Amino acid sequence: MSELKLMKGNEALAEAAIRAGVDGYFGYPITPQTEIIEYLMAERPELRTGMVVLQAESEIAAINMVYGAASTGKKAMTSSSSPGISLKLEGISYLAGAELPAVIVNVVRGGPGLGTIQPSQADYFQSVKGGGHGDYKLYVLAPASVQEMADFVEDAFDIAFKYRAPALILSDGLIGQMMEKVVLKPQKPRMTNEELIEKSGDWAVTGKKGRERNIITSLDLQSEKMEARVRRLMKKYEQMEKEDLRFEKINCDDAEYLIVAYGSSARISQKAVELGRAKGIKVGLLRPITLFPYPKKALFDLADQVKGILSVELNAGQMVEDVRLSVEFKVPVEHFGRTGGIIHTPEEILEALEQKIIKNGSIRHHKTRESSIL
Amino acid sequence: MTEEIIIAGFGGQGVLSMGKILAYSGIMQNQEVSWMPSYGPEMRGGTANVTVILSDERISSPYLKIVDTAIILNQQSMDKFEESVKPGGVLIYDPNGITAHPSRTDIKIYQIEGTRFASEMGNKKIFNMIILGGYLKVKPVVKLENVIEGLKKSISERYHNLIPLNVEAITIGMNNIVPYKVEIPVFQN
Repeated sequence: MSELKLMKGNEALAEAAIRAGVDGYFGYPITPQTEIIEYLMAERPELRTGMVVLQAESEIAAINMVYGAASTGKKAMTSSSSPGISLKLEGISYLAGAELPAVIVNVVRGGPGLGTIQPSQADYFQSVKGGGHGDYKLYVLAPASVQEMADFVEDAFDIAFKYRAPALILSDGLIGQMMEKVVLKPQKPRMTNEELIEKSGDWAVTGKKGRERNIITSLDLQSEKMEARVRRLMKKYEQMEKEDLRFEKINCDDAEYLIVAYGSSARISQKAVELGRAKGIKVGLLRPITLFPYPKKALFDLADQVKGILSVELNAGQMVEDVRLSVEFKVPVEHFGRTGGIIHTPEEILEALEQKIIKNGSIRHHKTRESSIL
Repeated sequence: MTEEIIIAGFGGQGVLSMGKILAYSGIMQNQEVSWMPSYGPEMRGGTANVTVILSDERISSPYLKIVDTAIILNQQSMDKFEESVKPGGVLIYDPNGITAHPSRTDIKIYQIEGTRFASEMGNKKIFNMIILGGYLKVKPVVKLENVIEGLKKSISERYHNLIPLNVEAITIGMNNIVPYKVEIPVFQN
């Protein structure tokens, strides 16, 4: 039975993980995502579904536990916040290399370094440009509400198993800590061993019985084999771009100006759009829901319609590069964002749109471009 | 209808839980709600605030600079949030511990002596419900019966026997909120 609740983003994600029939969660506390492991520990899902919840001795141990569990075809996940995700990157690269399905959650806080515990979107590059070593990408989902924190757990696992590749839920302190209404899906049973063998028996380490052995590794010392593996990964990413791109357009039909923003920034930007429309400015919002794959074509097409684009992010200017690449310099693209854990207000965003795009709307060469940081 | 509220005060005054009860009350009357707490170093230093939005429509930003109503429960919060109230909006505060009273003349200002009534009731924990009562008198955005339903949802079942006490506190708040008039100082030579 589905259920309506008032929950924090982190709690909703944790409850959704239990209900999605996840087999194992391995984590380590860090603000602002600690409610995930806290909720799971208090809820004792081992009694509800048999799901394993384990606090590892470190973030590195946790991601390697995910690697081990995922090798057996089980649904395994971990979560952390920025500095913790940096520690997990080696393991994430191994998961991608070994073609293992897993879900990683990053409730981003300000950085670099230990930074601050408050919200930030400064891990965009880390999430969509690799982060770890080697030629790999993550499928990246960016929730903008508590409801999406819950819904994206199952979506991420579906993608992870469809492609045998790790998927990342890129949230932040704002979405993780806030409470909203959430409709929780009914409990799904965990996969039985028979179902697991049926689904993943051709690659997973399920106990060799009457078949060739399955080997999980990311190591290939034969160059030709390694290149074939890289090509296979690239094929997956191409297919993701074709089949699993997600984005949302708000007030774009008659828009003369466009804001591009994801996650918490998209929520705040939506208010800026409302304020702008009330002032007679025809502004729309494009919200990428997946950050890889990225809505390149949608942006390329919108660039024929709008006079300028503002990329709004809680960082010093990261996604703006992808916006510029997507629109191929058809229109001016500028960045606005706050850092250090400060959250931009809707009023600030609207003012930035007016100053940087509407008033000053010409394509500027990098030599003449001022700093985009407030 | 959309009501945007900031509640701000010391940690321990029940700021976050008051916001939570308000959010639950909104859910009880089928509204969209959001509850965005401060969880940063400021909170660890003793002050806490929460932004609550109740709306009949999908809520865009859960984080706001300008709100309809500010409920202010200590001086630091007064310094920070008096300017956050939109013109014509409402500021409600407990004068206990306030040294610099609000001075805006373009908003409606109310006082509620929550601290005093809570201590008269002999229960400091009930303070936030007195404030909530005062707020609901000025801005009846949620019905009392929905607040009671909201209380049932937000506090664990073993404390449900305390609901009548909470209702009593809300009533005291409703009966004792008073308008505050900003006196414009007259300078004489």
